[in-house]
Amino acid sequence: MSKHKKNRNVGVVGVGMSVFSSHREEVNQPEMIFEAVAEALKNAGITMDDVDCVVHGNMELFEMVHQPDLWHTLGTGSRGKEVLRVTTGGTTGATLVCAADALVASGLHDIVLAIGFEKLQEGHTTGGITNMADPLWARQLQTGALTGMTAADMIEEFGEERAKKVSMRYRILMDENCMKNRKAHRRLGLTMDQADDLAVNSPALVGELRMIHMCSQSDGACAMIFASEEKAKQLCKRPAWIKDHITVHREEMFCIFGDAPYKTTMRYAAEKLFERNGVKNPVEEFDVFEMYDPSSWWATDWLREFLLLEGDQHLKMVENDEIAINGKLPINPSGGVIGSNPIGATAMVRVAEAAMQIMGTAGEHQVPHEVNKALASGFGGTMWTVLFILTSEVPQ
Amino acid sequence: MNKVGICAVAQGPFERNTWHERFQGMAMPVLESLLSQTGLDFAEDTGINVIVSCSDDVFDARTISDNGMTDVLGGHMRCEEKVAQDGIQAVYYASSIIMSGYTDVVLVLGHSKESQGQSRNMVTHLAFDPFYTRPVGLDFTAAAGLQARAYGKLSGVSEEELAEIVVRSRENAKRNPHTQDLAPVSMDDVLSSPMLADPIRQLHAYPVSDGVVGMIFASEERAKKLCKNPVWVTGLGNCMDGFFLGDRDIADNFALKKAAERAYKRAGITDPAKEIDIFEVSDHYAYQQPMWLEGLGLAETGKGPKFLAHGGKDRVNPSGGMLAGNPLMLGGLVRAAEAAVQLKNEAGDRQIPGVKKALAHGVMGPAGQFHGVAVLSKD
Repeated sequence: MSKHKKNRNVGVVGVGMSVFSSHREEVNQPEMIFEAVAEALKNAGITMDDVDCVVHGNMELFEMVHQPDLWHTLGTGSRGKEVLRVTTGGTTGATLVCAADALVASGLHDIVLAIGFEKLQEGHTTGGITNMADPLWARQLQTGALTGMTAADMIEEFGEERAKKVSMRYRILMDENCMKNRKAHRRLGLTMDQADDLAVNSPALVGELRMIHMCSQSDGACAMIFASEEKAKQLCKRPAWIKDHITVHREEMFCIFGDAPYKTTMRYAAEKLFERNGVKNPVEEFDVFEMYDPSSWWATDWLREFLLLEGDQHLKMVENDEIAINGKLPINPSGGVIGSNPIGATAMVRVAEAAMQIMGTAGEHQVPHEVNKALASGFGGTMWTVLFILTSEVPQ
Repeated sequence: MNKVGICAVAQGPFERNTWHERFQGMAMPVLESLLSQTGLDFAEDTGINVIVSCSDDVFDARTISDNGMTDVLGGHMRCEEKVAQDGIQAVYYASSIIMSGYTDVVLVLGHSKESQGQSRNMVTHLAFDPFYTRPVGLDFTAAAGLQARAYGKLSGVSEEELAEIVVRSRENAKRNPHTQDLAPVSMDDVLSSPMLADPIRQLHAYPVSDGVVGMIFASEERAKKLCKNPVWVTGLGNCMDGFFLGDRDIADNFALKKAAERAYKRAGITDPAKEIDIFEVSDHYAYQQPMWLEGLGLAETGKGPKFLAHGGKDRVNPSGGMLAGNPLMLGGLVRAAEAAVQLKNEAGDRQIPGVKKALAHGVMGPAGQFHGVAVLSKD
């Protein structure tokens, strides 16, 4: 039985993004998508004529447009093309990459353009996320994406002072990265000496989850161009290869088929993916990690899960600036989700940013050391994870 | 290209209003049937690890409509991905995953509960852009009305020919145990049926329905072990047309012709009318049946009604088609399921003898903006 062994290698040869902002009032949805598509085509050195298939995704209830790929044809350039539309909530952007990967690896297509977008200004984000919950059992309990439980857990495990300091340090490091990324939505110019102030004065959302810890809601689009090995080598000096990926969804309510392992999807995904790709020490082996970090509490906690760390190793990574852009394993040199969050694009932006780091096209937020192996994650639904390994070397 | 096999099919019942069951509950019997037909489970190495669902947030009135399905679909540390388009695209995506070599078994399951909405037209109205076409009040039915008029002018299809399509679909539906309980209708019933979107009459339109359909896809090696008579997906193709109706010639089948061309090329088919035995097409409205047949290359432009009259009708939609009642999102997926059942020779009273190749078709968007085609065959 052959599993996870693709028939053809797939490389990322071009990435494009719109500017991310709270209000892209000067453009409509197709126009905003067009910005990302045009940039991706330009970066890949191709035109729409070279594209075989267009993959599209977002969360349609946010903007209340039914089957938005129909209208967006105006911005995606998909008229006359083969298309596919996939959505999986917050992980949509990551699923779009998986779909593009399958469509190229299958041999059906040589060049696939994938587009994730969201224009959250046109909807009601927290209302939309609350509407995800089961109408009978859970909707009365759910408050969008806001939860302070991880903060409470971390405070209990590591003490209030240390946990809060680490969470704020992570937040400020991300803002420093955002300041290097001209596309990022929130570029606040925070400095480390503001940490104590912010920990007290930023409005509380739920418990110790404060406004400053939480991701933004943004308008924005991301486009990526995927090519078969042959085409990728022709088009790009240094493509970013999709080595492998894993999607781990959890049940919404309960597991009717017996025992599901009691583990976070982050750790489960990392264990499986690393095992089948021979990764023994992720902190040493990866050169950058673009992580879907919805809040700085989740982010710091998930570092332990994704990197298979124990005890307080993850806190030390933050305290010692090992996750900084010039650190041992830079996390989100782009500024991450805390900086920009157009939900249907967000998870794709993680993969796109990781690919840019390998391609060496990240500009001001390019990490200073050579990037040969990158990790990227998507998050969504009821604690779902998608995890990718990208490499500069052609996968064997 | 890796061969892709369909090992099991389960569907329905499709009902006018499944008020007594949530969509999760509706899906359970379909899932259980697929598992028992194949002996599969969700075990990590040997079972189902990749699931492609199909549904729509707006119809379900739930953000991330697949989230509510993860309890049923084995989303327990497994991969589940939702196709949010016509169900024929779930066939396309599931097949591509297997062709890519990433995994060797994919569960496909789509659900839709149109009865939950006050009006299906309110949902499809939201597919129009908020600046120009939504304020005009367009929905898919109104757009189809415009197309029906354009196609009528082109083909000269008569009221009687359209009525015959409806009467025949209802008769075929009687032999299909999965369809809703639709009373047979007479020619007169159709001819005097009230106008819905002139020239589309009420009885020309597919009835509102709820239902679930599922299939198991597998690699060639695995498919042969999972069932005795796998059906092979040999050709796939789809195409998107432009958005604004005014930018398109809505009678010319641009997208369907390209979709079919792609599927035939991949399947190595040069003469579809001769080589393919039956055609399951998504006819949301009666006029679409002859029109889509032209797009599929079975008849020249405007000659679809003639093709039906000269023997074609016995090879088109033995299931009853969309006019027998399948929800919008699932049209193409049910067509593929029906095509597979015919090839497996398991179609009971609606079985057409000697079917070796079958075509399934799905459509989405105003006046057929998007079309998808799958060609299936047996050994």
